[in-house]
Amino acid sequence: MDGGWKTDDGIQMVDGDNFRPKCIYVAVMMRRIMDAILNKDAMDDKDYVGNKRLELSGQLISLLFEDLFKSMTTEVKNLTDKMLDKPDKARNFDMSTNIITLGLERTLSTGNFEIKRFRMERKGMTQVLQRLSFIGAMGHMTRVSPQFEKSRKVSGPRALQPSQWGMLCPCDTPEGEACGLVKNLALMTHVTTDEEEGPLISMCYLLGVEDLELLSAEELHTPDSFLVIFNGLILGKHRKPLRFAAAIRKLRRDGKIGEFVSVYVNEKQHCVYLASDGGRVCRPLVIADKGISRIKQHHMKELVDGVRTFDDFLRDGLLEYLDVNEENNALIALYEGDATSETTHIEIEPFTILGVIAGLIPYPHHNQSPRNTYQCAMGKQAMGNIAYNQLRRMDSLLYLLVYPQRPLLTTKTIELVGYDKLGAGQNATVAVMSYSGYDIEDAIVMNKASLDRGFGRCIVMKKYSAVIQKHSNDTSDRILRPNRTADTAGRMQILDDDGIAAPGEILKPFDIYVNKQSPIDTRTPKSGSAANLPDSAYRSNAQSFKGHGGEVIDRVVLCSDKDKNMCIKFLIRHTRRPELGDKFSSRHGQKGVCGTIVQQEDFPFSEKGICPDLIMNPHGFPSRMTVGKMIELLGGKAGVSCGRFHYGSAFGERSGHADKVEAISETLVSKGFNYSGKDFIYSGITGCPLQAYIFMGPIYYQKLKHMVLDKMHARGSGPRVMLTRQPTEGRARNGGLRVGEMERDCLIAYGASMLIYERLMLSSDPFEVQVCTACGLLGYYNHKLKTGICSSCKNGDNISTMKLPYACKLMIQELQSMNIVPRLKLADA
Amino acid sequence: MPEGDVSMAEESNNGSGLDYIMSLEDVPSKLPPHLELFKTRVLCNNDAPVHTETIQYSGAYATLGVDNSVRLDNFCENFKVEVKRLTDSDMEFDLIGIDPAIANAFRRILISEVPTMAIERVYIANNTSVVQDEVLSHRLGLVPIRADPRLFEYPENAGDDKNEKNTIVFKLHARCRVGQPRITVKSDKLKWLPNGSELPCEDVRSNAGSKPKTFTSFTCSQDSLPEFSGNSISVTYPDIILAKLGPGQEIELEAHAVKGIGRTHAKWSPVATAWYRMLPEVVLLEDVVDEVADELKNKCPANVFDIEDFGKGNRRATVARPRDCTLCRECIRGGKEWEDRVSLRRVKHHCIFTIESTGALPPEVLFTEAVKILEDKCERVITELS
Repeated sequence: MDGGWKTDDGIQMVDGDNFRPKCIYVAVMMRRIMDAILNKDAMDDKDYVGNKRLELSGQLISLLFEDLFKSMTTEVKNLTDKMLDKPDKARNFDMSTNIITLGLERTLSTGNFEIKRFRMERKGMTQVLQRLSFIGAMGHMTRVSPQFEKSRKVSGPRALQPSQWGMLCPCDTPEGEACGLVKNLALMTHVTTDEEEGPLISMCYLLGVEDLELLSAEELHTPDSFLVIFNGLILGKHRKPLRFAAAIRKLRRDGKIGEFVSVYVNEKQHCVYLASDGGRVCRPLVIADKGISRIKQHHMKELVDGVRTFDDFLRDGLLEYLDVNEENNALIALYEGDATSETTHIEIEPFTILGVIAGLIPYPHHNQSPRNTYQCAMGKQAMGNIAYNQLRRMDSLLYLLVYPQRPLLTTKTIELVGYDKLGAGQNATVAVMSYSGYDIEDAIVMNKASLDRGFGRCIVMKKYSAVIQKHSNDTSDRILRPNRTADTAGRMQILDDDGIAAPGEILKPFDIYVNKQSPIDTRTPKSGSAANLPDSAYRSNAQSFKGHGGEVIDRVVLCSDKDKNMCIKFLIRHTRRPELGDKFSSRHGQKGVCGTIVQQEDFPFSEKGICPDLIMNPHGFPSRMTVGKMIELLGGKAGVSCGRFHYGSAFGERSGHADKVEAISETLVSKGFNYSGKDFIYSGITGCPLQAYIFMGPIYYQKLKHMVLDKMHARGSGPRVMLTRQPTEGRARNGGLRVGEMERDCLIAYGASMLIYERLMLSSDPFEVQVCTACGLLGYYNHKLKTGICSSCKNGDNISTMKLPYACKLMIQELQSMNIVPRLKLADA
Repeated sequence: MPEGDVSMAEESNNGSGLDYIMSLEDVPSKLPPHLELFKTRVLCNNDAPVHTETIQYSGAYATLGVDNSVRLDNFCENFKVEVKRLTDSDMEFDLIGIDPAIANAFRRILISEVPTMAIERVYIANNTSVVQDEVLSHRLGLVPIRADPRLFEYPENAGDDKNEKNTIVFKLHARCRVGQPRITVKSDKLKWLPNGSELPCEDVRSNAGSKPKTFTSFTCSQDSLPEFSGNSISVTYPDIILAKLGPGQEIELEAHAVKGIGRTHAKWSPVATAWYRMLPEVVLLEDVVDEVADELKNKCPANVFDIEDFGKGNRRATVARPRDCTLCRECIRGGKEWEDRVSLRRVKHHCIFTIESTGALPPEVLFTEAVKILEDKCERVITELS
C-alpha cells in the first residue's frame, strides 16, 4: 500500500524504513492538540456518536479466532518440535488440536472474552436472548452496551446526545445505574461492517488526491488544501474538497462503491474524512436535488404494488445511507413540504427516530418523556405471544396470554415489527373514576365478569427435568413402573406405566412426576452385570412436584444431555386468572396492581349498556401527564365505534400516521358520544346517575409477569440454618421475615423492649445455657446428675441457667477457640 | 304553588291529624316547580349532571307540607310498562313510574341471580389440538345452552349425585384426518346425550358384568321426560368457534352442564347485558328560530330536533325525538348561550330497560323470573322481620 498501514488503534504504521507518513501523522496530531489548547471549540467530543464505533459479533469473533489460530499454530509447532526431538520419528504423529473449537465454545458459553494478545478482558459479551416476550427479544437484540464500567459518576456519556437523532432511540434506556449508557438502536439504523480499503484508496488517488509522499509540510497546510483522511490514515490532500466529496457521493449513489462508505468535509479542520470501517451507525434518507425529492409518486405506487422494494430504492439512488458524520454535510428536511433549495435530504418518517420498543407507544410525543422510558422497561415484561412456535418450544419459563389482542390504537412501528400479530395485551374498556377506595396509589378495580370471560388470563409454563444419571461404577439410575397398591400410590396417580407422568394429567402438590430410583452404592465397581442389581440395592429418588396445585403436564420430552445421560423434561403449564395484586400496565408507563375485583352488577354502566372492564383512578393523570393515554382512549373509542383501527405513531399527525384529536372527536360525536369521550354513567349500586361525566373507553392493557402467586410468602415456623439455628432467609427456603436493624431501632426508640426480646430471641434462636457465676464461662448440663456443671471449675456449685440467642453462644465459643475468653458476669435482676 | 287543591281538601274533610292539616286551605299540597324539577329530573349540564339522586325520605318536604312517602296505591295507579321492542334475543321496554333503585334491582338480579345452565365439568378423553384443556373447558363453559333452567335443580341440593334432574351431558368428538385441510370446531358439534354420560369411570372397572359405571347416574333418559319431549336441548348458537384442528388432531370430550347463577361465574348469567337508561327529555328554554334553529338541528348527531315552519319563512326548532338523545351534549357545546337555550334532562322515574338474552330463556321470561326472585327476597325480609 502507498500510504502505509495502520494498526488496530488506527495509528499510521511504518512501512519498511519510510517514517515520513508517520511523521506527518504525528505532526498533524500535534497541530490538532495545539489548536485545541488555543481554541476550546476545536476539541473533539468523545460522546459524539460520529466518533463512536459499535462492535459487532463478527468483529469480536474474528479477533478471537485470530488469537486462537495463532495459539494453535504455536502449539502445533511446539508439538512438532517435541516430536522431532524424539528418536523414533516414524511414530504416528497426531497434530490435531482442538484449541479453536474449545476456545470458541468456552468464550461463547461463558461470555468472557479474554484475549491476551489484544489485551482484551471483558465479561458478559454473550448473553442468552430474552425470550419471555416477543418485545423483550426484539429489545434485547437492538441493545447497545457500553464498554466502560457503570459506576463512574459522569453525566456526559449518559446525557442524550443530539447526534443520536435517528440512530439511537431517545426513550429506550434502563433506569438506575445503566441509565443512558445502555442504549437501543432506532428503527432504521444500520451498523456498517468492514469494507475493503485498497480499491477505495486507489479510487481516491484517481479522483485527484495528491499523495502525501510528494508534498511538503508547507504545501500540506496551504489555506485552500484539505487533508484527505481515509479510515483514520492520511492519504494526502485535495484542492477541491467539495468536488471530491460530490464525486464520491455520486459513485456511491450509482452503486459503484459500497452504499455504506461515507465522505464528509470538515471545513473547520480543513479535512475530508472518508470512512468504510465497520461499526458506524447510519440510517437511510431520501435524496433531494435542490430540495426536490427524488422519490416521486410513481415510485411509491410501485412500492405499494409490490414491484419495488427498499433495496431497489437504494440501488436506483433514491435513498442513501448517511452516517452521523456525513449528516453534518447534509441539510435534512423533516417533510417534503419543508424542503428549500438548499435541502439535500428528506427524512423518511420522523417516527423512525424511536426504536422498536418505544414505537409501540401510541402518541408518545404527547407524553411526559420519562413515562415513555418507563414503558420501554415495562413493555419487555408484558405477557402475550412470544413467537409463532411458542407452543412447541421448551423454555425454562414462559408466560403466555390466553387471549392476546391486537391494539385498537396502533402505530406504524407496530405493523412494521409485527406486534399486531404477536400482541402482548388486551383492549380493556377503562373508566377513569374513583371507586371503592381500593384504587388508591395506582391500583386498578377489575370487573369479575370480565375476568370470568377471559380477560387477563395467562398461562405460565415451567420446565422441570430429571436426569437418569450414569454412575462411575457402571450402575445407573432407573425408572420404575409405579406400584399401584403401595402407600405412595396416591402420589403416583399421574404416572403412566413407564413411571413418567403422562401429559394432560393435573398435578397436586407433592405428586411424584418421575418414579426414579438410584443405586445406593455408586462408587465401588460392581462385579458382573450392572443391570442385574437387586431391588434392595436401590433407594427411591422420586421427584415430587412442589407447586400450587392445578398445574397440568403439558409435554414430556425424552432426550440425552451433553454427558449422554437420558434426560426427561417436563413442561408444566399453569393457567391463571388475574387475582388481587397482579400487576397490569397501560402502554404509557402507568403500572398498577389489581386492588379489588368487583361483581359486574356493582360496576357502573353507560347509557349504551357498556360496563367497563376496569376502573382506573383519575389521580394517575395530573402528575404523570400522560396525555397520550387519554388520546389513546379517545382513539380507541372512536375505533371501536366506527370499525377502523386508529393510528397514533410518534409525530405522525402531520404525515397522516396519527389521527388528530379533532378528527377523533368528530367520529365520536357522529356515533353519539360526547366529543371529549366522557359518558353519562349510572352507578351499579344505587342505580342513580353519577354526578360527573366519566371518561371511558378502550385502552390497551398489558399484564406484566409479576404475579402474586409467585411472590406471596408467610411463615409461622419452619426451617432453620444449621450453624446459627436462626430461621432461613428467602421465600425459596420458606424463610422468616427479618426484623432488620432499622426496624429494631424503631422498636428501641418506641421502648417496646418485650417485642424486641420476642422477635430477636424467642422467635429466632433461643437457647438455654449453663453459666458458671464464679468463672463466667459456659458450662454444660449433665443429664445423669441432672445438674449443670462448669468444666473449668470442675463442679456445679455456682451454675445458673439462662437463655441466650444461639448465635451469641456460638460467638462466645468461637472466640474461645481463638484464645479470647469472654466471661459473663451475672447479677440478680 | 299556594293555590292548593280545593277539591282534594274537601274530600278528606272529616280526617284528623296530618290529614286534617293537609286539608287546610293555606297548606300547599304540591312542591314548588323548581323543587319538583329537581325531584323528578336529572339536569345534564355541560360540566356535570346535577340532582342525580332520588329523594327517598318520606319527610324530605315536610316543612313544605308535602308528603314524600311511597304509597302502594299511588304506585299501582301510576306504574306502567310499555314494551317497545321484543325479539327472540332482546327486548326494550319502558318502566314508567318506578324508582331507579327498583329498576336497578331488576338489572342486578338479571345479571347475577337468574339461573341458567352452563357447562361446569369437562371430561377430556383426548385433546391433541393446540387449544389447552383448561382453555377449551373455559370456552365450552361460556357457550350458552338452550335449556330451561327452571326444569333443573341446583347440583348442591343433590350432593354428589349427578342425575337427570341436575345435569345435562354433551358429547364433542371432532377429528381432522391426516391429509385434510384444517377444520374449525364449532359449537354445533356439541351433541346432547339424554341418557347421561357415556365415559366409563376409571376407578371402578371391576364389576364387568353390570353396566360400566359412568360419571352420571341417570335413572331414566332425559328425552323420555315430558318437558323435553317437544324441544330437545342444544346450544343456542351453532357457530361459536371452540377450537381449530390441524391434520391428525382430535378432540373427544364430554361436557356436563349444571344450573348456577351469574354471581358465581359470568357463564351462568342469562343476559349478555341488561341495563336501563332514564327517559331523555330535551327542553328548549327559549324560542330557537331561523339560522340558530338550523344550526341546532345540524348540531345534533342523533337528529333530535326538527324545524317547524310557522309562516312567512319563519322557522322554529322543535324537539321531535327526545328519546333518541344519546346525551352527547353537542347541542349545549359552544358557549353559554347554547346552555341557556337547551336543557337536557332525564326523567328519573321513567326507565328505558333493555335486556339482551343469551338465549336460554326469552327476554320477557327472564324479566318475570327476575321479578319473582325480587318477590322471594322481599318475602324473606318480611318473614325475617315478623
